[in-house]
Amino acid sequence: MSKPTDLVQGTLNLLILKVLALEPMHGWAIARRIRQMSENVLRVGQSALYPALHKLEQQGWIEAEWKASENNRRAKYYALTRAGRKVLANEAEQWERLSAAISLIVSGA
Amino acid sequence: MRWLAKLRLRVRSLFLKTRVEQELDEELRYHLEREIEEGLAAGLPPDEARLAARRSVGAVDQSMEECRDMRGVTFVEHRVQDLRFAFRQLRKHPAFATTAIVMLALGLSANVAIFGFVDAALVRPLPYADATRLVTVFATRPDKVQAQTRGFISYQDFLDWRERNRAFRSIGAYDVRSGFILTTPEGPQSVPGLSVTAGFFRTLGVTPAVGREFERDEEGPTAPPTVMLSNATWQTRFGARPDVVGQTLTLQGEPHVVIGVLPRDFHFTMAEHAEFWTAIRGRQYCWEHRGCRSLEAVARLAEGVSAETAIANLASIVREVRSEHPDSHRDPETAKVVALRDVMLGDIRPVLLALLSGAGLLLLIACINMVSLLLARSDSRGREMGLRSALGASGMRLVSQFATEALVLVAIGSAFGLALAASGMRSLGSLLTPDMISRMPYLQGVGLDLRLMAFAGVIALLALLVLTLAPAARLSTSERLAGLREGSRGASGTTWRRFGAYLVMAEFGIALVLLVSAGLLGQSFHRLLQVDIGINAQHLVLVGVQPVPGEASEQPGVLARKVAERMASLPGVQAAGYADLVPLSGGLAPSSVFRRDGSPDEHLDDFPVRRVGAGYFAALQAKLLRGREFTEEEVASTRNVVIINDTTAQRYFRGEDPIGKAIVIGAPPAREIVGVVADLKDGPLETPVLPAAYVPFDQPGFGLVVRASGDERALFPSLARAIRDVQPGLLIQGPTSMTERIDRQPSASLHRSSAWLAGGFAAVAFVLSVVGLYGVVAYSVGQRNREIAVRMALGAQRRSVYQLVLGEAAWLVGMGTALGMICSLAAAYLMRRLLFGVQSWDAATLACAAAVLIVSALLASYIPARRAASVDPIEALRAE
Repeated sequence: MSKPTDLVQGTLNLLILKVLALEPMHGWAIARRIRQMSENVLRVGQSALYPALHKLEQQGWIEAEWKASENNRRAKYYALTRAGRKVLANEAEQWERLSAAISLIVSGA
Repeated sequence: MRWLAKLRLRVRSLFLKTRVEQELDEELRYHLEREIEEGLAAGLPPDEARLAARRSVGAVDQSMEECRDMRGVTFVEHRVQDLRFAFRQLRKHPAFATTAIVMLALGLSANVAIFGFVDAALVRPLPYADATRLVTVFATRPDKVQAQTRGFISYQDFLDWRERNRAFRSIGAYDVRSGFILTTPEGPQSVPGLSVTAGFFRTLGVTPAVGREFERDEEGPTAPPTVMLSNATWQTRFGARPDVVGQTLTLQGEPHVVIGVLPRDFHFTMAEHAEFWTAIRGRQYCWEHRGCRSLEAVARLAEGVSAETAIANLASIVREVRSEHPDSHRDPETAKVVALRDVMLGDIRPVLLALLSGAGLLLLIACINMVSLLLARSDSRGREMGLRSALGASGMRLVSQFATEALVLVAIGSAFGLALAASGMRSLGSLLTPDMISRMPYLQGVGLDLRLMAFAGVIALLALLVLTLAPAARLSTSERLAGLREGSRGASGTTWRRFGAYLVMAEFGIALVLLVSAGLLGQSFHRLLQVDIGINAQHLVLVGVQPVPGEASEQPGVLARKVAERMASLPGVQAAGYADLVPLSGGLAPSSVFRRDGSPDEHLDDFPVRRVGAGYFAALQAKLLRGREFTEEEVASTRNVVIINDTTAQRYFRGEDPIGKAIVIGAPPAREIVGVVADLKDGPLETPVLPAAYVPFDQPGFGLVVRASGDERALFPSLARAIRDVQPGLLIQGPTSMTERIDRQPSASLHRSSAWLAGGFAAVAFVLSVVGLYGVVAYSVGQRNREIAVRMALGAQRRSVYQLVLGEAAWLVGMGTALGMICSLAAAYLMRRLLFGVQSWDAATLACAAAVLIVSALLASYIPARRAASVDPIEALRAE
């Protein structure tokens, strides 16, 4: 419900890709993982998550497969493609540079 | 392989839409359930858990919509939706659809068909290498330089020009007198052909398909006889044999050796389907005497040389030659250089451009009508648009709907239009007489090709643009919402009604322009046919006779006299005569200088001279103004006598009686004038009459004119038989009747075709504009039903209703006609070169056209007026 604070679409893509780098998972699990890893700061709603997932699938950076989930029901699992891994590396590096630069200004004099 | 996976995704989204939607639904539902489970696991009661889950999940429909957008196929989906809707709309309104499609098809086909000819004649380059560097060159008097576009030179002069010029990379010439006699196993045959100088084809930039062209040593008085074939002749007469070079054939009684074949796409306007090309060789009077001008020269400008430089260079050569040979040159002379393209296309350019403009105007009317129709329809769709907007359609989406509908109309209309154009071009092509084709060979075989399809595409695109923007422009936010209001009928109707009125005015203006143009062209054609050619053209037969060269022949002229006498003795023949070139024969008479004996040797002009036998003018029933015809004795002895035409008499002997006086034709001695004949039209119909002289006949070949007392066609077989009786083995051309010859004249055919086409355009434009007016008036009346009903309920008479409607219509028509008059005058002025015998401001034509238009318009608006006046006010008001 609470929108992730100042979370831009591009950053959401980065988060999703990073989460999926560890293992394939379905949409709900991705949202939960993001919440856990950010210590409850970032909460991604369905309305932001699924369009992002579909867009990433459209661009060929993740691929989808219907599998049986933990509770034995069908769910759509997403996994990183090879192209997706490359994009993840790029985006992560960019983010590091960007955030370092911003930190310099904000926490500097 | 990423693109493959992506493609698969897109294809799946498009074609397995239901499954994909189901999956999305399932995915989102799963998410929701897990949220609920989590809530339950955290200890919330089921209802609260569900509520919390829903809240955290957000608006489902919107996320589904966004997911759909992400799939990237929305564009295609929307277009498909639009398309389906467009087709449904068209099916529901078949009248509108048919009208729109028909109008577009007509407008498009007219333009494409005419443009096909314009492209073939004016846009396509000539089939010569680098044709822009090609020019014709000739010498002329300084005071005639402006007006003259073609001129001849003599072979002797040509030789000097070729040797001394520095402005041309190469120069060639052809003799304007054409035709040879080919000896075939079946007997002698007259064939079309030309004689040219060596290097003529190289000058044009044409390479032979087989063999080579004439070398310098194959030209001249002692050169051996050689010949080149046209590609078509090589195919038909020689079966396209590869070893044709070296074969011999007999032309003019001499064996000629084939040295080459011309390429297939070669054509030369002045060549008239020439089959054989020989070099200027052997002995001929005209080629040995500097005063006889029978060649037309074609030259290729050297690199970097402009026309002005060439003219200067040639002018100095002309001056040199004149000082070396004062007897054969008028004074003073200068050179003129004309682009070859202008010479070849001069005649037809104004006609084609005029026709193209007419077709363009027709397309404009068609578009205006379609816009009116669409505007009228978009009124009734106000509600639909309002609803769509309220449901969330963006402006772009609505416009794309209009665009799709326009696309469907334009696509169907274009398909029909192209089909119509293809058959139109075929029928236009069949209108071309053989004479026209030989003068304008590039007009043959015009058909749909890539360029024309591209042109049609441009027109279709423009139509698409217009038809999309028209209803789209009507769309504004307030309008959209206003459309939803109950009972509203396009609230801001007045602005658009006025716009519709302006459209109709424009239509009428254009229709008037087309009507007037058609009227003027029709009159020109009529006048052309009535041109006084100075003879009685009825019941006249023309036959060309040629003895085979090389065969034993008597004194020239004796044969002609014998044949004429034989003709005159046949039953059904009133009189017979002969000459070297009969009227309208299409041949060019060699010209000589005219000088009144005793007058000074300056400012001399040359004019055509024809050689005629005794009784020639009587057979033609030309009017002899003074004096007499030649006697047989004078013709037999080729005495120094001459008959002049009236123009010559006026020019050289004004106010005196020329009979008995002397005039020098060509070279001295002077000839005695024995008769003055009224002007005969010897050349094309629209050219003015020149001075002309007629001297006693002295040629081997001749043209017969035979006056029949009844139907001339019945005489044809007996004439041919009688000629062969006099001397078997003579070559006979014809017989043809004079009236047929006049009809087939290229200028007559051109005027006739233009008049017909213009008439066709005018008729279609007329129908379209009257229908358009009817539509606008009927629609306006429909809009004002309520107003009229109230008026009538308040006591207005029917008459006042009529006044209301007809008054509005009359205002429209009046303004449109006035506008059209001005434009017609402008158009007629632009067309003035095409008109013959009728002024561009011809009041009768203007008045007639305007009257026709106004009367039909008033009739057309009478019907809706009547309907309005006969409405029952109570019913009308109740229905609101």
